[in-house]
Amino acid sequence: MTKFTEEDVKYFANFARIAISDEEATTFADIISDLVGFGDALKEVETDHIEPMTHPLQLFNVLREDVPQDILDREEMLASVEEHEAGMIKVPNIL
Amino acid sequence: MNFETIVGLEVHVELKTDTKIFSPAPSHYGAEPNMNIHVTDLAYPGTLPTMNKRAVDFGMKASMALNCEVAKVMNFDRKHYFYPDNPKAYQISQDDRPVGSNGWIEIEVEGKKKKIRIERVHLEEDAGKLTHSDNGYSLVDLNRQGTPLIEIVTEADIRSPEEAYAFLEKLKAIIQYTGVSDVRMEEGSLRCDANISLRPFGQKEFGTKTELKNLNSFNFVRRGIANEVERQEKILLSGGKIVQETRRYDETTGQTVLMRVKGSANDYRFINDPDLSEIHIDQEWMDRVRAEIPELPDARKARYVQELDLPEYDAHVLTLTKEMSDFFDATVSAGADAKLASNWLMGEVSAYLNAEQKELHDTALAPEGLSSMIKLIADGTISSKIAKKVFKELIENGGNAEEIVKAKGLVQISDEGTLRTIITEILDANAQSIEDFKNGKDRAVGFLVGQVMKATKGQANPPLVNKILLEEMNKR
Repeated sequence: MTKFTEEDVKYFANFARIAISDEEATTFADIISDLVGFGDALKEVETDHIEPMTHPLQLFNVLREDVPQDILDREEMLASVEEHEAGMIKVPNIL
Repeated sequence: MNFETIVGLEVHVELKTDTKIFSPAPSHYGAEPNMNIHVTDLAYPGTLPTMNKRAVDFGMKASMALNCEVAKVMNFDRKHYFYPDNPKAYQISQDDRPVGSNGWIEIEVEGKKKKIRIERVHLEEDAGKLTHSDNGYSLVDLNRQGTPLIEIVTEADIRSPEEAYAFLEKLKAIIQYTGVSDVRMEEGSLRCDANISLRPFGQKEFGTKTELKNLNSFNFVRRGIANEVERQEKILLSGGKIVQETRRYDETTGQTVLMRVKGSANDYRFINDPDLSEIHIDQEWMDRVRAEIPELPDARKARYVQELDLPEYDAHVLTLTKEMSDFFDATVSAGADAKLASNWLMGEVSAYLNAEQKELHDTALAPEGLSSMIKLIADGTISSKIAKKVFKELIENGGNAEEIVKAKGLVQISDEGTLRTIITEILDANAQSIEDFKNGKDRAVGFLVGQVMKATKGQANPPLVNKILLEEMNKR
């Protein structure tokens, strides 16, 4: 069975910007291992000649014509942000 | 030790659609901040992306023009990262099934032709724009968020800064001809990163590469690569090792500067985007898009050389932009001699455009106007000196050369009798010059020709003036 380690949990938590304790890492390592374990059942299925599936629904070519519509009003958008300046959203410097 | 330069390019090209790739917000350049936005661009809860059909068409068209195989089945993937330029915290891109793959374009450097292979062309969305300030804040404008892009990735086939330059020049021309993008580096609709490494000649394995960013013009690409090659060479020759890192080209110093070291921490966690359907492209769709591709630069170049007898150089320069090439074709169709049309477009017209910082469509010059003037030069109605006056009028105010010549009385004087009368008068008034000429001072002839031109306001036919002048002086 695929084992999801505490290091794996921390690795992904870091990417998702989630702070977790060592204790939580242990707990989640077990839970995620169980979940990923379900997927192991698939390994027993013969899939050599099967095309990969990217969607559960057999839908394709859901397309939109190239015509502008439903533009969001800037003032309405800015009303829901914490701070703004000159029509732009103000965020803390990151890099 | 001698090193071989290995370069691969990643080029982003913004597609000229009316709306964004996954939302119906307008996607044109230059709007006020945050005016071209849709709830999907801001990743409001419950919103879903919708695929722009024209963006798919454009991706296919560019792929075909770059000699790629076009995917019959493609899908979109999420590439995860956190940064305020993209509210979804993932970019929708294409990972394992890009629209185009295995293409190539041919370049020519110092007379040598070479194919540069294109690994892939994939569709993706652009991110918003951040303006950083000093006070600890950044300002976010999401107009560009969701603008359709194609990313063109070459194989590591480029072996010099000059080849990189030639590749970009050719790529830009091809994309521009297809009409899927403005490919303007100064507006950001064409952006280029370069992966650069060195290896000792004869070695098979590639060396460690660095990625070079902030290359804002084709010249900076050329200089940036040259500088990075120099830097790596110094390190390798002194026994050092190249670190895999991202560097930035500094335009003011001409040096490359470290941006960040690439660690193993780059994990974009690609997954299929379940919000978008697969795209299946059937033969009919392929055929329709292929039929929309116009004659491309190489084909035009060949036509100019073979059918119009133009030198290779002329054909190359004229086909660099579609606008110039279309203008040339129209001028020739209107009856102008091809070589004369080429000379004028590469000479006076280009000089005017460079001096005025304009493009052809910003001027009043029309192919019919240029053609009418070239015809008047060819049949001797106007001299090339007068043509320059007519040209100035044509490019600034438009119109037809014949009318300008008539209205301004610029017709060349080619009547022998008329010229002989004028010349006789001038010789009578300049006895000293005739004396000088007889004493072997050739400069006297130049002076007398100048006097004739002055008297005729430059309209005298120059070869005829020379001929009559010599005849008349020898008579005396």
